[in-house]
Amino acid sequence: MLGRTLREVSAALKQGQITPTELCQKCLSLIKKTKFLNAYITVSEEVALKQAEESEKRYKKGHSLGDLDGIPIAVKDNFSTSGIETTCASNMLKGYVPPYNATVVQKLLDQGAVLMGKTNLDEFAMGSGSTDGVFGPVKNPWSYSKQYREKTKHKAHGENEDSNWLITGGSSGGSAAAVATFTCFAALGSDTGGSTRNPAAHCGVVGFKPSYGLVSRHGLIPLVNSMDVPGILTRCVDDAAIVLGMLAGHDPKDSTTVQDPVKPFTLPSLTDVSKLCIGIPKEYLTPELSSEVQSLWSKAANLFESEGAKVIEVSLPHTSYSIVCYHVLCTSEVASNMARFDGLEYGHRCDIDVSTEAMYAATRREGFNDVVRGRILSGNFFLLKENYENYFIKAQKVRRLIANDFVNVFNSGVDVLLTPTTLREAVPYQEFIKEDNRTRSAQDDIFTQAVNMAGLPAVSVPVALSNQGLPVGLQFIGRAFHDQQLLTVAKWFEKQVQFPVTQLQELMDDCSSVFEIEKLASVNFC
Amino acid sequence: MAAPMLRGCCLARRGALACIDGGSRHGRGAAIGCRSSGKRGRSSVAQQPLITAQKSGKGEHAWAAVVGLEIHAQISSNSKLFSGSQVQFAAPPNSLVSFFDASLPGTLPVLNRRCVEAAVMTGLALKCHINKKSLFDRKHYFYADLPAGYQITQQRLPIAVNGSLEYSVCVGKKRSQVITRTARIKQIQLEQDSGKSLHDELRSQTLIDLNRAGVGLLEVVLEPDMSCGEEAATAVRELQLILQALGTSQANMAEGQLRVDANISVHHPGEPLGVRTEVKNLNSARFLARAIDSEIERQINELENGREILNETRSFDCKLGCTIPMRDKEGKQDYRFMPEPNLPPLLLYDTASLPPGADPQQVINIDRIREQLPELPSETREQLVQQYGMLPEHSFTILNEVGLLEFFQNVIKETRAEPKKVTSWILNNFLGFLKQQNLAVNESPVTPSALAELLNLLDRKAISSSAAKQVFEELWRSKGKTPSQIVSEKQLELMQDGEALNQVCLAVMEEHPQVVLAMKRGNPRAINKLIGLVRKATLSRADPTVIKEILEKKLSS
Repeated sequence: MLGRTLREVSAALKQGQITPTELCQKCLSLIKKTKFLNAYITVSEEVALKQAEESEKRYKKGHSLGDLDGIPIAVKDNFSTSGIETTCASNMLKGYVPPYNATVVQKLLDQGAVLMGKTNLDEFAMGSGSTDGVFGPVKNPWSYSKQYREKTKHKAHGENEDSNWLITGGSSGGSAAAVATFTCFAALGSDTGGSTRNPAAHCGVVGFKPSYGLVSRHGLIPLVNSMDVPGILTRCVDDAAIVLGMLAGHDPKDSTTVQDPVKPFTLPSLTDVSKLCIGIPKEYLTPELSSEVQSLWSKAANLFESEGAKVIEVSLPHTSYSIVCYHVLCTSEVASNMARFDGLEYGHRCDIDVSTEAMYAATRREGFNDVVRGRILSGNFFLLKENYENYFIKAQKVRRLIANDFVNVFNSGVDVLLTPTTLREAVPYQEFIKEDNRTRSAQDDIFTQAVNMAGLPAVSVPVALSNQGLPVGLQFIGRAFHDQQLLTVAKWFEKQVQFPVTQLQELMDDCSSVFEIEKLASVNFC
Repeated sequence: MAAPMLRGCCLARRGALACIDGGSRHGRGAAIGCRSSGKRGRSSVAQQPLITAQKSGKGEHAWAAVVGLEIHAQISSNSKLFSGSQVQFAAPPNSLVSFFDASLPGTLPVLNRRCVEAAVMTGLALKCHINKKSLFDRKHYFYADLPAGYQITQQRLPIAVNGSLEYSVCVGKKRSQVITRTARIKQIQLEQDSGKSLHDELRSQTLIDLNRAGVGLLEVVLEPDMSCGEEAATAVRELQLILQALGTSQANMAEGQLRVDANISVHHPGEPLGVRTEVKNLNSARFLARAIDSEIERQINELENGREILNETRSFDCKLGCTIPMRDKEGKQDYRFMPEPNLPPLLLYDTASLPPGADPQQVINIDRIREQLPELPSETREQLVQQYGMLPEHSFTILNEVGLLEFFQNVIKETRAEPKKVTSWILNNFLGFLKQQNLAVNESPVTPSALAELLNLLDRKAISSSAAKQVFEELWRSKGKTPSQIVSEKQLELMQDGEALNQVCLAVMEEHPQVVLAMKRGNPRAINKLIGLVRKATLSRADPTVIKEILEKKLSS
């Protein structure tokens, strides 16, 4: 049952094949078994069971709230949850229990969703590995999959297998791992430069970043207000669309959300892609891109072409400036957003009380890790009066150019852009930490952050396993507020590639029920 | 910016309009004052009034002072600028704090429509250009009563720019010449107020009250078009009256709803402007002028003695009567301004640009607000002069005293007495008594009805004017009694009975034959003596002119 998609399990609940409580308990037990992955910071067991019980009552009365009623979900630990600790994986917010729900959390709860817990991340979502949180790194479940183990047996020879585990990508690694290990059917991530799409690609799940302004940010603890969007992680594109339908729309508490009403929708099943125009941005073919990902990318393009779509090479000429520009804008907003963490109203406070200033300094030194402090420092540097014109203003101008690149391409008749999500598949933790967070973020966000600068919708869809048996994702980028069209294309693509299910039998051999679904047709894509 | 403020030091009530007499009242050290230099051009430095430093034997050296003001007015609204928390003075500490006000992570600002309308209305009243697009910015500094670590303000593109504030000063020996001056308004911006820090030195701790945090402020920036404390204070008073007339701010200085920072420099006329200092937190009307003048005086003294003026932030110590440097280095801070990413540009419309089919709840129409502008103080004064024949300087006094205009209008409504008489009574007797007792108009034991009744008695000659003054004094003492009651209790009504008065006159004449004789011999002062005696005999209840008539008639017969 747990291996099913949200849509399938929703149908099973409606038909009474399983009750919300049973479903919740199964997920809870799986969460316990996969605890070592460190996907969750907080497991809200009691709350979840209570919510499941309520849901069960509704089903019994025939008053189900809809597709999400009784569905286990997880939420990244940078969304405020009323009465449930919200830490941002930082010492600064350890023990902080928000008195209110983020709008997206509230909307999910209003639909009857069952909150399993809060998922792990890089501290304040700053990172691309989910390795830099105060609760430790998240382990990629694929490290323990049959597919990966078989391929790497010879390599693991003589090494301690446990030290060879892979990163999930980040910063929403906990949410990606939670969805990939079937402990929930959908999870909320956040996406500022690729934080939802990157771990989705590494964990073999769908990671969707909606258009900026389509989904409320109220209650999302910000990284970069002008780029943050709540992200959706699911096991298939249809599920992402269901969740988006529940979350999208104006929120009076977030002035940057769209005013126009958004109606819930279901994705049509495309049969004909011949009217589609797929753009392949040539600047995304970088030397750092692994040959394997590159070949999967071109195979995907060929697939569209062979099915009748028009596939053309396009140019986004300012792409190479994007990551530097992102760095300036991101750190500047970080410096500003982090100013509120001073130990006074909430969160960590040091023991020093000789003066208010000394208290601030020590609180912030103890509360933030090096990555956060580093970004605050550079951001404040860029915002200094003497630097503002040369850095911040310039970066804003470049941002406009980058956004215009996309506008121009879409105006030329392109419907959707197809790009890699990441340079390569997930790497082992030991290798990942050879470079610092800043270098890694700059490398790993390369294909994803420009989308945030332009506010566009984008989705990473798992496409195939690499030679090492690890998932690779490709990214579709759509026009602003054409999220539905984007997901429709992604759904068609997903159906064509038939990405395989993680085989975690060795990991959880007594959880056979997870894998009750019949083995999917073997992958003919790679 | 909204700097932290400690309240409670200087509660004061202001007098009427500024009366400037050329500097002679400022005796100490360098003479400071404003001289009327006629109508001054916009910021023309050469025409600034001159100040003469009378120090040392080097001979007279002319100085000109330049004063600009930043005025923060709390917007009168039910809720805060970006949150739904209530706005209320003197509520229990931290009882009006929303999650946003406490800067809980993840909360976002939502702009309060009322505050925007107040800003537009104030801008229109001050003849500003209203920007149809304005932007919000973050201004960063760490302070315990600024929970987010930044204040949301309008640094780049404020809601209103390029206005002017007209105010009037009285000049001349009798201060009867009213001169209108203009201070240009650079801009009006919307911004958040900070909370309050209360420093407990004894226990070396700071207590924070966030009730005020996030309350909407209008920051009105006046160009350095003023040249002394009195001018600045008068300009502030005029702005205060305008805000109160508009209802956009209660502008009560004692409650911190109007706070003033002054930028001050001195220079020799014809030379470039001097280094300026900023005197912060001039939160009392009484000390505003004194603080500015003492800072001008200090700067002149520094320069005269060969020292330099530092570009620094100072505060006024009302006990020492001078400005002192502020300990924190606020003035030198880099505020690291940044656009507020959570608020889209604020767009305003006029009837011509209003998008068709726009939801009236979602758009603000500048023209509609213009239509709703109430009568402004200058118009009210003009009205008083026109309608009641009031002297211009009297119209200023009537408006300057809180509640006096309403008092005046209520008296006028209920009395048949001449408006000039009413004005004279209110300005001379009523206001005199208030000042003597240090009371505000609304604390007066004499109600408008009582005064109106008294003036009616006087008007129909039921009492003499000296009796009226007696009644007025009595009204002050015995609350609750009407003028008529007092008149009858004290038997102050004029004798209307001609025959009775005749009898009294006869009796007095018989009792004082020598005086009558003196009168008959042509001593002109003798009749006054007789009148006095008759009045005494009637307990001042007889009209002296009537007495005189009777006496003259009797003597000539």
